[in-house]
Amino acid sequence: MNGPHDLGGQMGFGPVAPEPNEPYFHGDWEKRALGLTLSCGAMGHWNLDESRHARESIPPADYLSASYYEIWIRALDALLERHGFATHAELFDGAAPTPGTRPKRVLTAENVAGVLARGGPCDRPVDADPRFAPGARVRTRNFHPAGHTRLPRYARGKIGTVETVQGSFVFPDDNAHGKGENPQWVYTVVFDAAEIWGESAAPGLTISIDAWESYLEPV
Amino acid sequence: MSDHHHHDDHDHHHDNHYSDMQARVKALETLLTAKGLIDPAAIDAIVETYETKVGPRNGAQVVAKAWVDAEFRDWLTRDATAAIASLGFSGRQGEHMRAVFNAPDEHNLVVCTLCSCYPWSVLGLPPVWYKAPAYRSRAVMDPRGVLAEFGVTLPEDTRIRVWDSTAELRYLVVPERPAGTERLNEAALAALVTRDSMIGTGLALSPEALALQPEAAR
Repeated sequence: MNGPHDLGGQMGFGPVAPEPNEPYFHGDWEKRALGLTLSCGAMGHWNLDESRHARESIPPADYLSASYYEIWIRALDALLERHGFATHAELFDGAAPTPGTRPKRVLTAENVAGVLARGGPCDRPVDADPRFAPGARVRTRNFHPAGHTRLPRYARGKIGTVETVQGSFVFPDDNAHGKGENPQWVYTVVFDAAEIWGESAAPGLTISIDAWESYLEPV
Repeated sequence: MSDHHHHDDHDHHHDNHYSDMQARVKALETLLTAKGLIDPAAIDAIVETYETKVGPRNGAQVVAKAWVDAEFRDWLTRDATAAIASLGFSGRQGEHMRAVFNAPDEHNLVVCTLCSCYPWSVLGLPPVWYKAPAYRSRAVMDPRGVLAEFGVTLPEDTRIRVWDSTAELRYLVVPERPAGTERLNEAALAALVTRDSMIGTGLALSPEALALQPEAAR
């Protein structure tokens, strides 16, 4: 979707503000927000792609004014409600807990180390050979899907060069919407800055994205 | 349209739900605990992991080893996930690692314009600026302007390569080894490797610059 999250090339956000000696968390609630997000994800009822789509579906004005942990919590509230773990009244009006969906798993303290160590690899085998080889010239598609995609707007309809075939991975545009993992080959595609930014391109700049095969067409 | 984009999404416009995040998150944790969906002790364990075990000192060890050990550097080039795992660093948000190497004529910079993808296994949790719109919007268009805000000025003829982490590959920048460090061992070299130098918004410190840094900043 053309959401507020798709920030490459937007302007007006001011300077980057690195914070000297930045703490890991700004307030205790951020710690709990991290742990809640990971714990609820570990229940196993939604995947990372659905989580990302829940975050980018936050209304633009809210998304852009929220801290990142607030974005996570807003998305988590939406996911819990969508999957029947909590009602709107429970989440926001202090209603007494109802039974709701039962989780496949509950993350316990003794399982945390193992779960974090395993992570969530999303490489998957595909039967077909890669359509493109390193050096191939490709054009990214110019599409505007209403659902999730990982092809940023600034890199749509642009000609670049395949640098590396990175392997085959779960396709997020489908996986975010419960349509299955449908893995595809992923390529690192490099663009000259002028192809993307035209006459305002910085000299000597190249930009790469990692693109699923169906984002690309031969040139 | 999303299968899930039903009416409930629109009920969430009441911003007052999020005006006090401390209260919002506490209420959510209380509710989910009461419903038996989460274990608060697991949250403690997650926080402890990222406060004390998984952070940029991991990545610094990888970089220092790549500086002194040509065989390791070659492995890191070919199979970064395995090479990094050999030092004990793997897992969540480091499942599919790639290392990219700065050179005298080329500088690498990593961003995630679409969200906050970051190599947790080697760098820990991302800093606020990495996840914020200013960095995500400008890194792909005006990297030199961004670098200037970190106090970094590269020679005019240095090429810049920006890696937008749009898939599940996670990038670790291997900065150039500072001059005058030939006699330092791996541990001393690792102390020169800052978090920002492994994102590409900084350079590795010279021993002189390290000596000038307050202890807390290291």
